[in-house]
Amino acid sequence: MAAGVGQQWVLVEMVQAFYEAPAYHLILEGILILWIIRLLFSKTYKLQERSDLTLKEKEELIEEWQPEPLVPPVPKDHPALNYNIVSGPPTHIITVNGKECINFASFNFLGLLNNENVKSAAQASLKKYGVGTCGPRGFYGTFDVHLELEERLAKFMRTEEAIIYSYGFATIASAIPAYSKRGDIVFVDEAACFAIQKGLQASRSNIKLFKHNDMADLERLLKEQETEDQKNPRKARVTRRFIVVEGLYMNTGDICPLPELIKLKYKYKVRIFLEESLSFGVLGEHGRGITEHFGINIDDIDLISANMENSLASIGGFCCGRSFIIDHQRLSGQGYCFSASLPPLLAAAAIEALNIMEDNPDIFQTLRAKCERIHKALQGISGLKVVGESFSPALHLQLEESCGSRENDVKLLKRVVDYCMNSGIALTQARYLEKEEKCLPPPSIRVVVTVEQTEQELDKAASLLKEAAQSVLN
Amino acid sequence: MRTGEERKWEILGVVSSNCSVKGPKNGISNGTLYKKTFIEHFEQAPMYVAVFTFVGFAVGTIFGYLRDFMRAWGLEKRNIAAEREQQKDFVPLYQDFENFYTRNLYLRIRDNWNRPICSVPGPQFDLMERVTDDYNWTFRFTGRTIRNVINMGSYNYLGFAETDVNALKTVTIELKKYGTGVCSTRQEMGTLDKHVELEKLVAKFLGVEDAMVFGMGFATNSMNIPALVGKGCLILSDELNHTSLVLGARLSGATIRIFKHNNMQSLEKLLRDAIIHGQPRTHRAWRKIIILVEGIYSMEGSIVRLPEIVSLKNKYKAYLYLDEAHSIGAVGATGRGVVEYFGMSPDDVDVLMGTFTKSFGAAGGYIAGKKGLVDFLRTHSHSAVYATSMCPAVAEQIIRAMKCLMGLDGTTQGLQRVRQLEKNTRYFRRKLHEMGFIIYGNDDSPVVPLLLYMPGKIGAFARRMLEKNIGVVVVGFPATPITESRARFCVSAAHTREMLDTVLNALDELGDFLHLKYSRYSKSSHPELYEESRLELED
Repeated sequence: MAAGVGQQWVLVEMVQAFYEAPAYHLILEGILILWIIRLLFSKTYKLQERSDLTLKEKEELIEEWQPEPLVPPVPKDHPALNYNIVSGPPTHIITVNGKECINFASFNFLGLLNNENVKSAAQASLKKYGVGTCGPRGFYGTFDVHLELEERLAKFMRTEEAIIYSYGFATIASAIPAYSKRGDIVFVDEAACFAIQKGLQASRSNIKLFKHNDMADLERLLKEQETEDQKNPRKARVTRRFIVVEGLYMNTGDICPLPELIKLKYKYKVRIFLEESLSFGVLGEHGRGITEHFGINIDDIDLISANMENSLASIGGFCCGRSFIIDHQRLSGQGYCFSASLPPLLAAAAIEALNIMEDNPDIFQTLRAKCERIHKALQGISGLKVVGESFSPALHLQLEESCGSRENDVKLLKRVVDYCMNSGIALTQARYLEKEEKCLPPPSIRVVVTVEQTEQELDKAASLLKEAAQSVLN
Repeated sequence: MRTGEERKWEILGVVSSNCSVKGPKNGISNGTLYKKTFIEHFEQAPMYVAVFTFVGFAVGTIFGYLRDFMRAWGLEKRNIAAEREQQKDFVPLYQDFENFYTRNLYLRIRDNWNRPICSVPGPQFDLMERVTDDYNWTFRFTGRTIRNVINMGSYNYLGFAETDVNALKTVTIELKKYGTGVCSTRQEMGTLDKHVELEKLVAKFLGVEDAMVFGMGFATNSMNIPALVGKGCLILSDELNHTSLVLGARLSGATIRIFKHNNMQSLEKLLRDAIIHGQPRTHRAWRKIIILVEGIYSMEGSIVRLPEIVSLKNKYKAYLYLDEAHSIGAVGATGRGVVEYFGMSPDDVDVLMGTFTKSFGAAGGYIAGKKGLVDFLRTHSHSAVYATSMCPAVAEQIIRAMKCLMGLDGTTQGLQRVRQLEKNTRYFRRKLHEMGFIIYGNDDSPVVPLLLYMPGKIGAFARRMLEKNIGVVVVGFPATPITESRARFCVSAAHTREMLDTVLNALDELGDFLHLKYSRYSKSSHPELYEESRLELED
């Protein structure tokens, strides 16, 4: 009761104060209240919708807009539309467009494509598992063959762990973005292959290109980065740095100077990612790649990535390294987590191929000898120069003098290739996406050496190329 | 079907009259565009479920901080792999907090993923028994196999994952002839006659002019979308699109705008805004607009609203890219995918993309459409120039599966499989609804997500189902929103009625034990007491 009376008293005081307040005060308060009410009820508008177009004008704009055609028309004589069709397996003797030739174009370095043991291992796996895995690795797509292949690869490369991908291209293109994110810095060689470029693009990191195999240029870039770091040490402490190089470059056929890279790694504290698609199963005494070739401790390389589509004559790719690094990809490698796993028959074939590699370590020496032989034999062809190391099984033959435009160069090389194909040597031009490459290599003919090629065939190929160059280029 | 019952379904994205719908609206779905009823459910759980889910995550997080603290101060053993001694002064490769979720929440239940199997992934498979001695840090194989586990997790919709000798006869022959590798790219020396044969067959199967096949389904998206669109183009992508579509869109360099899942109003608004206002800031017209959608969304089980999208795209002159990874072979009267399911023509879709991993039991992907499109991809696709082509034995598996589906092998096995899948799907979904679980997605989709919500139930559900000899797939954050963890079942044509009944009984038991029956619209768990025939007898 007392509270009620008290409240009444406060109310009376309020009303009194209201009457006693000066006029301007009341008017001001009134205006403020009205303003607040107006703001509360007015529609908020976004900057985007603030267009002064009427509905009719909008409909007209929609009517008038014409998009480009979904794809531009492709000329009928585009070289890629008239591709070579291979009938039967692309083995040593290959039937291209109906004609039998000796295969100098498939990356079948160790000749395992036609190996009977590999095929029977794949057959056994087919009988047991069928063809597809019907799921990604996380959802019942992990088979015991995958685990076995990963163990075997890790053991072969003498690292702690390995991880398999179901497609060679996706391997390095998923591995790089798993570690390098926006804001990190990657130093990459100019001649890096397209898969690396796509991996870098997906990672959204800062890319710094250094001239091909030029350690001085790389050191210059690293020094520049060091001075940048000193200006902003806090940021530098969380910015990861990587160097991405290939063991044996696909585009130029030469190897990277790995010992110097290791020195730079420890001096400037950058991690090295090595792409060994061409050098796995080629370089080194036992085929372990460029680390064995140079005698470097494999733990010095943070990540080695390779595809199984060249020496191992299967499909897919793998990464190997220490568990600290590789295990991360099991949850963040996009091509690993969101894609179906490798069909078990291909994994079984790869295991068998690995067995063969381990049991016959002398094939690597044989392959190298053949490479040297053809490298020497191809020297001195007038009009064509050999690009690549003497022990590289994937060489390029480029025109010594360009005839002006890339298109004409390509046409000229095509004539050389056709001449050789008609005489029984299957060759191909190296294909690139001209508009998408960062540093487009000049047009060239790819020459691939395999252990299955005999010395006569190598000599025949060399002499045929000489003839072709003579007749076409002169 | 359900007209006599009083059930209320929440249907997402009801199209309003702003869209160009000709004719009167009828029924629940939108008007004359749909030739059959389109029913999807996305029921919301009761409020207490959301509360408890958050509480569950909060408890997990608190314990996570506690354990991290103990590990940092050496009170608990560190089981994680560590950086090399020589590289300790390098910038750390991983940020600690990035892995917080992995270390403390995922790790506790990670025995439910990556389970290795050692048989064909058919309707039943054999799992390798795996135990952990240190709470999921490392695993050890006991050497025993758990036999004949019912497989509700593999994408085996038509049951082509089989080891029957007759079925695999041609594959065996081709494997013997071709070997496993190809060792070259499509444009160099990697186009085999098998690829040409396969591409012609795919084009015939889908009813289009031409098709191109690639070695990996994921890579089909990530390497071809950049070839089709570039800077100055606009991509309108569904909220719940697969990672491969998102990656392809990002790599292309085009502008990406997201519309709400299967919501046609949201899509139309974006289209109108894009054409009217043009590119941001410069207001130049867009070069082209492309809409990225999937046939069946694998986490939701929903089917794309194709008729409405096609009418929108025709009106606004956009292009449509349809990813039929899960829907090819799985829906449609003869297994031709969502285009057939809605009774539309393949010419309505500009780019038809799909994968062979799910319904054909192989690996790889394809893009099909007009000849001009495929010719362009043959010359400009990243995969054609830089990536190895498909293994010929795998191509043969696809050929034989497709011939079976088309009836070209002289039997009706293909159609039987499609019908069986349809029957299995309807039966499974109907029973789960009756039991009272919350199921997402379209009634005709063989992907069945069952909502679990709470993080503790994820682990419990998967482990107990394994004890009952059933293998299920559970998914949580970050593949799904944080409150909507789910178990996802993939119904297969190879599942027999007995297998489905076993699974349903197990789910019934487990649903009661774990209190998973959240649905407010179901009858009790004894539907036989409510059969309609009995109701009609009562007056």
